[in-house]
Amino acid sequence: MAQLSGAKNVELNPFARFLTWLGRIFLAAIIPLLSFFVLYQGFMFLRDSAAPRWVIITVAIVWGVGGVALLYWVFNRMVEGLPTQWTERLQPFVFVGPAIAIMIWYLTFPVLRTFWLSLFGPNGPPRGASILEAIQSEAFVGLGNYYTLVTERLLQESLRNNLMWIVFGSTLSVVIGLLVAVLADRSKFEKVSKSLIFLPMAISFVGASVIWNFMYEVRPEGAEQIGVLNAIVVAMGGSPHPWDKWTAIAPWNNLFLIVIVIWLQAGYTMVLFSAALKGIPEEIQEAARVDGASEIQVFFRIMVPYIMGTIITVWTTVIIFTLKIFDVVYVMTGGQFGTHVIATQFYRQSFTARNSGVGAAVAIVLLLTVFPVMIYNLRQFRQTEAF
Amino acid sequence: MKKQRMSGLLLVNGILLLLVLLWSIPTIGLFISSFRNAVDIATSGWWKVFPHREWVMVAESDPKVLGLDPDGVMTVEGVTGTFDQLRTGIESPDGDTRVTWVGNKRLGKIQVQKQVWTVTWNFTLDNYRYVLSTSSFTVTRADGSTVIIPGQGLSQAFLNSLAVAVPSTIIPILIAAFAAYAFAWMNFPGRKVLFIMIIGLLVVPLQIALVPILRDYNSLGLNGTFLAVWLAHTGFGLALATYLLYNYIATLPRETLESAFIDGASPFTVFTRLVLPLSVPALASFAIFQFLWVWNDYLVALVFLGVDPSYKVITQRLADITGTFGSDWHLLTAGAFISMLLPLAVFIGLQRFFVRGLLAGSVKG
Repeated sequence: MAQLSGAKNVELNPFARFLTWLGRIFLAAIIPLLSFFVLYQGFMFLRDSAAPRWVIITVAIVWGVGGVALLYWVFNRMVEGLPTQWTERLQPFVFVGPAIAIMIWYLTFPVLRTFWLSLFGPNGPPRGASILEAIQSEAFVGLGNYYTLVTERLLQESLRNNLMWIVFGSTLSVVIGLLVAVLADRSKFEKVSKSLIFLPMAISFVGASVIWNFMYEVRPEGAEQIGVLNAIVVAMGGSPHPWDKWTAIAPWNNLFLIVIVIWLQAGYTMVLFSAALKGIPEEIQEAARVDGASEIQVFFRIMVPYIMGTIITVWTTVIIFTLKIFDVVYVMTGGQFGTHVIATQFYRQSFTARNSGVGAAVAIVLLLTVFPVMIYNLRQFRQTEAF
Repeated sequence: MKKQRMSGLLLVNGILLLLVLLWSIPTIGLFISSFRNAVDIATSGWWKVFPHREWVMVAESDPKVLGLDPDGVMTVEGVTGTFDQLRTGIESPDGDTRVTWVGNKRLGKIQVQKQVWTVTWNFTLDNYRYVLSTSSFTVTRADGSTVIIPGQGLSQAFLNSLAVAVPSTIIPILIAAFAAYAFAWMNFPGRKVLFIMIIGLLVVPLQIALVPILRDYNSLGLNGTFLAVWLAHTGFGLALATYLLYNYIATLPRETLESAFIDGASPFTVFTRLVLPLSVPALASFAIFQFLWVWNDYLVALVFLGVDPSYKVITQRLADITGTFGSDWHLLTAGAFISMLLPLAVFIGLQRFFVRGLLAGSVKG
């Protein structure tokens, strides 16, 4: 697509070129920096004031949102006041610059900084040291933290658990979502049933943890069970157990945590599959049925191949999601009873054990696991010629 | 043929009903429990609010008066059994009544019980008062003892969540919309490289940024402020926001924008007067997503908002209650329901936009 405005390819002398880039970088950085300053000042002022909480919050919202919008307006006016040629060179950077600057600060740089941290001991590189000094210092451990990662028992355990999360969590989320999508498509109660399965998506992981803790609540044998699961088990003649905290069945107690996330995200997979299924031409299915294909055959031979692309995309998304699972494990078990996963290990190492080196290494491992998806996305993007 | 169709339909609806029940029961249980009083929650399952059969005493007598020997086999009220059997209760042969020894061997009583249909309906709003208020309450526990518990102050946490979530939703959308417009309709050097960076960042887990950003915040004195959390959510949400809004804004009708430029409108005017109003569906979809994401977030708040209880958001407070009052289900159920109230309202009210956003790929990296 051709652009409507912006710089045309005109030859510039080196000085003008230098000025252009200086202006562009300045614009990209100045809006976030100024917004930050304005927000910060306002914030300190509000924090010290004695106004009621809701007044402070209202003012803060108006201040924050309005301030950012105002800055865009001011800088756009400034750039438009320049000679036309300069306006064209600089204006796109008023628009795109702040977003890029913030992303670089919040995600791009941290990747490098976290990798750098992962090469050092618990307290990170010595303060104020240059790169060379840091490498020569005693805190530098090279890839030692990654070695710890593959040898320490708790960390191995979390890698194994994450694998369980991926195998059971993502697969069942996809299978159940697909099942509901197919069934609802044939039912008169499509809308209601889809809404009800979808509903948990609005619930936070912490809220879901409370809900399922209550489902798994255990009372001593003989006392009346108030948790649904144990009540059913006892009614069927079994004995009550603290399911997710039951170490005797480790590592299978992880499944009781995985159930929670399946419960949360089956709605998501269902919605996407449902939309994809509606895209299958009715004639193809009818033709197969006329030829005597059973419903099962129609499902496996026509529907599944037809929406394979969607299945793969959804599956990948769910896998990335389950890889980063944190809240559920942290609130339900705190990682005890053999339930640690990569993300809870990251938290434990970085913030509880104060071992920033190993914590950073865990984060890098997490990044590496999503790396294939990143590559795939980029290749997909390069194939779309439109950009 | 028709019969086969009917049974197929029955099977479809049957499995569907089963799944829907499985999916709804946990939430229903929570919802019902949050209105039951503390003693009821702790001693009986929430399904007891539905009609069920329960043994109720119709007559009581003293075993000593009846001259029974608790160490041997006793015959009383038409049934025969040992003390242990009587403790669990022996049903009469016709199944109408049950004889039970209530209490210990020395002071216990013999009860004749009948099974009757009943419901346990002691509904109350106390649980909500306990978790919402900031002042203290005296509460009677299941065993009859009383304790003074502090109010959980969730009303304050609710406001805090609102204060975190609203700017954390609007600020990234604003910034991303400007960027998406530039990517879609402006030409500038580095356009492709920068967009590739955005696509790469889509799946980067935010864990990677927590420690470096925390260090920056420490040196800026930002830790524990709402501002820190706003900026963090802005930073972590921008890549997805820009990508989604670009996908939408790039498909806006070219002629409309061109004619505006021919009429002499500046890019800024075109953006605010044309592009933003035309993009409302996409903006709304992402806004709902970001709002739910921020409201339900726990990790970012845990790391950047810190330990001051008066500034904690609702997910943090709820997790705290789980930690300290883990078996006080009357508090937990009410608290959890309060935390779900707004997301559920947004979700049910704006489900159409939400689904549209999902189909456009609104899933966080």
